[in-house]
Amino acid sequence: MMLKSILRRGTLPLLAGAALLLASCQEEPRRLPILGERDVRENPKGGPADTIFATVPAFQAHDQNGKLVTNQSFTGQVYLTDFFFATCPGICPKMNGELLKVYQKFGQTPGLNFVSFTIDPDHDSLAVLRDYAQRLGAPTDANWRFVRTSKDSVFTLARGLYTAAMPDKAAPGGFAHNGTFALVDDKGYVRGLYDSLNPTQVQALFEDLPVLLAEVKERQKKS
Amino acid sequence: MPVRPHTALRWLAPVFAVGLTFLPGCFTNKQHQGERLYVQHCSGCHGEQGQGLGTLIPPLAGSDYLAQHREQLGCIIRQGLRGPIVVNGVRYNQQMLGVQDTATHKHLSPAQITNLLNYLESHWGNRPGPAGPRTIAETQAQLRACGER
Repeated sequence: MMLKSILRRGTLPLLAGAALLLASCQEEPRRLPILGERDVRENPKGGPADTIFATVPAFQAHDQNGKLVTNQSFTGQVYLTDFFFATCPGICPKMNGELLKVYQKFGQTPGLNFVSFTIDPDHDSLAVLRDYAQRLGAPTDANWRFVRTSKDSVFTLARGLYTAAMPDKAAPGGFAHNGTFALVDDKGYVRGLYDSLNPTQVQALFEDLPVLLAEVKERQKKS
Repeated sequence: MPVRPHTALRWLAPVFAVGLTFLPGCFTNKQHQGERLYVQHCSGCHGEQGQGLGTLIPPLAGSDYLAQHREQLGCIIRQGLRGPIVVNGVRYNQQMLGVQDTATHKHLSPAQITNLLNYLESHWGNRPGPAGPRTIAETQAQLRACGER
């Protein structure tokens, strides 16, 4: 009799406890960090201070089809960048070859764009960029833009995307640069940096991309 | 007096043992030097299987250019290549750096270039020339012809 009542009375809390335990087992989805400079500003209304993260510097460029490309072109979308030049005999083929692999896997994802900035706008006219894109095997008129902006602008932008790029007479082709891919989220924050020449880091990009895309999708569902 | 078999064996055993200690020397990595050099110096642009990259970088796999320019390949590896070329009917025009132009790749010896070329010319559908695999002397002669040593 006694046992029965304990059982009956105990069942509900027990079940509730079990449910709680189970819920706590569910892992928080992985989130990519926001990278780069940050600034902490006091909240004028009191309470916790605000952290202000750096965003991608403003840019205005044209792609291989002559279309204008700015930060606003990708509002609410994710994009992946690299810096190259068409006559680059050094790391560019390898780097853009890796980006092509990423494109082949994720290129059809809505809300994801690829942007390759030329660091040699003097030579790389839009026609040169169009030819380069075709030769690389990148689809034309799609979400992979090969873009040209002013020299000043592109080097500022490279710094903002944590890519080392500068004219250097001693370097092959006249420019010293590294093969960084930068992953930018829907708000213009840099969420990932990957060395395209390092297979482990390229693999990390393959794993990070769906994580960021899911986060952005979730955010858009809420708003 | 003829040597009996078991006596001969007793004699030979230490000889075998000594021989065995030298055996690893026959299996140095040098055998795969061509492949390792390819991975290190060339595969970034020409691809892991010599497939090239779109119509930017020509393929080395099944390449008619390799067969037709046998005499120049040693110098192309050293000094690179500029200007348009046609490979398997497709026009390419992207500068190729020679190993001498790159800070990371530096110098390849005639022996290394020979091993590298023999690897290229015996893989991915390529065939060595009628004279068979290259010799180091052949590579040295090619390099001299373009002002290299």
